[in-house]
Amino acid sequence: MLQMKKRNTLPALACATFAVLVSLLAASVEAAPPEPPTNLAAIDKPWDGGGVVFVTWDASTTPIDQLQGYEILAKDLGQTPVELADQTAEQADLEAKDQTETILEGEGVAPQEARQRARIAEEADPAVPVVEPTTWQSLGIISATETSYEATGLEKDRQYIFTVRSIGSDKSLSMMTTPTEPVVPEAAWFNLSKLPLLIALCVISFAVLLFVVLARGGMPMNIRTIAGLKAVDEAVGRATEMGRSILYINGIQDMDDLQTVAGVTVLGHVSKTAAEYDAKIEVPTSRSLVMTAARETVQSSYFSAGRPDAYNPDLIYYVTDEQFGFVAYVSGMMTREKPAACFYMGSFFAESLILAETGNSVGAIQIAGTANPSQLPFFVAACDYTLIGEEFFAASAYLSGQPDQLGSLKGQDIGKMLAGLFIIVGVVLATIQAITGSSGLEDAVNYLKEVILGS
Amino acid sequence: MMNFLNTLDRRWIFLAMALCVGVPILVIGLTGYTFPETPTPLAEAFFNEVDTAGEAKGRRANILVALDFDPASAGELNPMAVSLVHQCAQKGHRMYFISLWPVGPQMIMESVDKVIKRHYPEMVYGEDYVNLGFKAGNEQVIKVMGIDLTTEFRTDVEGTTLSKIPMMQGITNLEDFDLIAEISAGYPGSKEWVLYAATQYNIPFVSGMTGVQAPQLYPYFPNQLQGLLGAIKGAAEYEFLVNNWVREDAMAKVLEAGGFPESKAMETAAALASKPQQVSTWTVTAEASTLGPEAKTKLIELATAPIPGEYLEGQRRMGPQLFAHLLMVFLIILGNVIFFAQRRRGGGA
Amino acid sequence: MQILTRFIPLLITGIAGLVMIISAFIPYTSEWGQKAGQFFNILAAFAFVLGGGNLLKVHLKKISDQSVGWGYSGVVLICFIATLFVGLFKIGAYPNPNFPNVPFSGETQGTGSWFWWAYEYVFKPLTATMFSILAFYVASAAFRAFRAKNFEAILLLGTAFIILLGSVSAGVFVTNWIPNDGPFGDLRLENLRIYIMQVFNTAGTRAIMIGIALGIASTSLKIMLGIDRSFLGSGD
Repeated sequence: MLQMKKRNTLPALACATFAVLVSLLAASVEAAPPEPPTNLAAIDKPWDGGGVVFVTWDASTTPIDQLQGYEILAKDLGQTPVELADQTAEQADLEAKDQTETILEGEGVAPQEARQRARIAEEADPAVPVVEPTTWQSLGIISATETSYEATGLEKDRQYIFTVRSIGSDKSLSMMTTPTEPVVPEAAWFNLSKLPLLIALCVISFAVLLFVVLARGGMPMNIRTIAGLKAVDEAVGRATEMGRSILYINGIQDMDDLQTVAGVTVLGHVSKTAAEYDAKIEVPTSRSLVMTAARETVQSSYFSAGRPDAYNPDLIYYVTDEQFGFVAYVSGMMTREKPAACFYMGSFFAESLILAETGNSVGAIQIAGTANPSQLPFFVAACDYTLIGEEFFAASAYLSGQPDQLGSLKGQDIGKMLAGLFIIVGVVLATIQAITGSSGLEDAVNYLKEVILGS
Repeated sequence: MMNFLNTLDRRWIFLAMALCVGVPILVIGLTGYTFPETPTPLAEAFFNEVDTAGEAKGRRANILVALDFDPASAGELNPMAVSLVHQCAQKGHRMYFISLWPVGPQMIMESVDKVIKRHYPEMVYGEDYVNLGFKAGNEQVIKVMGIDLTTEFRTDVEGTTLSKIPMMQGITNLEDFDLIAEISAGYPGSKEWVLYAATQYNIPFVSGMTGVQAPQLYPYFPNQLQGLLGAIKGAAEYEFLVNNWVREDAMAKVLEAGGFPESKAMETAAALASKPQQVSTWTVTAEASTLGPEAKTKLIELATAPIPGEYLEGQRRMGPQLFAHLLMVFLIILGNVIFFAQRRRGGGA
Repeated sequence: MQILTRFIPLLITGIAGLVMIISAFIPYTSEWGQKAGQFFNILAAFAFVLGGGNLLKVHLKKISDQSVGWGYSGVVLICFIATLFVGLFKIGAYPNPNFPNVPFSGETQGTGSWFWWAYEYVFKPLTATMFSILAFYVASAAFRAFRAKNFEAILLLGTAFIILLGSVSAGVFVTNWIPNDGPFGDLRLENLRIYIMQVFNTAGTRAIMIGIALGIASTSLKIMLGIDRSFLGSGD
């Protein structure tokens, strides 16, 4: 019996040892999930435009090499009390709409039409869909070396709670930390991240105004000769001699584009010269508001040239908003009427080369000006003179010759010097940092890139 | 001769250009031959950004697809739009189509018809893709969308209120998108999206654009613009990348279903897709023993199936592009020969 | 009259400009800027009526005067009125599936509508044709403009060759013999093209863009403060 027992014990021991080994192996394969981080806190980012919350925590006690990272989660608790009151009103509107639908149906309106009318009422005053408090939503996963996260894209004036969990290198998840107190990502009265931009704006504006005042006070202002603008008189004179018209294209954008405004300004001068020389100027426009502005300007120029009777508003007319429809019209007109001088001043796109090449083929003297860098090569290749970018904006000051206008150009130069200074400082800092590897300089470069340029 | 060249009527140049563009179009149309494309890092960046969209958040990506172009530039841009929709559809991204150009909805419909309706009929409108249509107001629309999308878009193109569209749940403003992918022909376009969306809200942004626009957008790459496709060249490179990846992805799915681990399946699919003729030989090797006969047939079919024509438009258009560029080079040389000949005679320029 | 034509427009310009600036810095006012933009959109929508009226006037006058090419004006007017009619009354548009019995619920540009037909078979080919004219004009402009007159022109010429060839498979073919991974791999035309575009072109474009940005800032300030009133027709 004993022998039998002994005989039976060996396999049993072997089985037990095997079972222990297997369980140990299994335990080592299914490692315990990582520990969650601790001391979680969330604060609304101060002095921002709203919608951003800083979440911070202490690192998990699990060794960093066993962690893949941290996952940040947020839960939307809904609106703040003020917004809730608004929402209640909206809910009431929704109910009112339902009632409208029922009443309409009661009045004998077909159900579908009733729904349509109610839908129109809803479109007119759409209620914001009510978002119920949601479940946890992942905001993102960051490296295990990080212990803070900037949650962006949140809605202002809604309450959020946050939690974080660790992700093990085997993708196992820790428990979630205790959620934070509710945070409202409010908008501050001033967005501090835009302070560098505000300072730059103030400096440039101050410089412009200072030089305007100085110029009015008699400070001499010099401006280099801009060949394209000097040639305006020559072009208008040529048209007069040849007895042909002048064509003026003010770009294809509306009056909300500053290039169009600059184009209208140059038109004022060109039309005044045309009025003085008694040349015919024709202005087809691609936008009706531009037509109105151009008429005002040309009329005023004819008045100031002392020839109000020669002004013909029918020569300033609207063609079409459609880009290539406009080009087709203008190209056809150029081929038929063969204008002696063509001006292209404003915002142009693919039509630039079509217009300029057609003008070239009819032998017109051509002057172009645009701030669309992609179209400059085409104008340079096909026109006699081209105002490049800022030259075009300087045209108004150049042509008027008024001291305060010229002063503004001087102020603009200060801005250019500032931009140049920042470029040099940035390049020098980044180069030295790359050579020395200094972390202090790296911070400075990052500050320049992220904070100053990022504003 | 020199006199003739000196006073060359530009209509001769037009005729030469017409031949250089027209003949290759006809030849490629008849033979289906395309020139090989080498993807540049710009196209690869575009592809990768779309490929990895939403991964950081561990969810199905929401892609705002803005098609801001018109028929005039469709020749250059439509292949980009088609490839973009193709990649998003294969990847399973949710697509939100909009346009800031009045005729943009037609461009959207064209891409949806060519890709989704024809090749991904299982995709459900309102759950996988939605067409929000055109909205007037240029960059103002982008600005408003950054604050509240529903202010500008209250219904989709069919007039359905957004709150009734399932995939619009949780979409309130631009920050709810994982990526903005835009195809642009001018204003409003890439630049406006960079200035008022990508930079303002730090949203990943990729854009395809016409050749003339591209130089203006290079300064924004890669910080504010993570991927850039310029002109038909960019379209062809991207199309090449997408077509290859789609084939590999489809083959990898078959391999995965046949018991291959995920990484091994991708690796094997890439190797097989690069040598489609050898797939049938591979299927009888020991490596393929876990695959059933149906899977093997499917694999051979996927590797050797011709790519549908609508997915080759970009690469096909590189043919006329090649000859047009060669003509330009020839004309520039000719122009200079005339110039120097004149100067030698003392004519000057 | 001076108040209506000068003072009020300048006041509106100044206030709108100021609102846009404030809304960029003060989050509370961010919607004000948005509203100012919407006002412009409303005005621009009304301007369509102004534009349409002017179009009618100009072309009717041409027809009545029987001036040169008056027949084309007739074509313009017929097309204008026909498109307007077809679009406004949604001729041939299929009803909206959500509201099949509601008149005019269909999409104006929906497949099958007359408006869609005009778009697909008239507008689309016409605009594509106009755009494709660029290919011809680019060639003739290149023939005329790219002359090696001086050192800068030679640089421009060389760059043009690299970009033109590097953008197509000819570039790959020409410099295929340079190993891509080798030390001279960057000299392959397709790589050189990207380098030129990203480095030289970017540097030049940035410089132009900085100048333009400052020009816009300065001009905006002059307009807002009424220093530059020429756009209101005040002359020089």
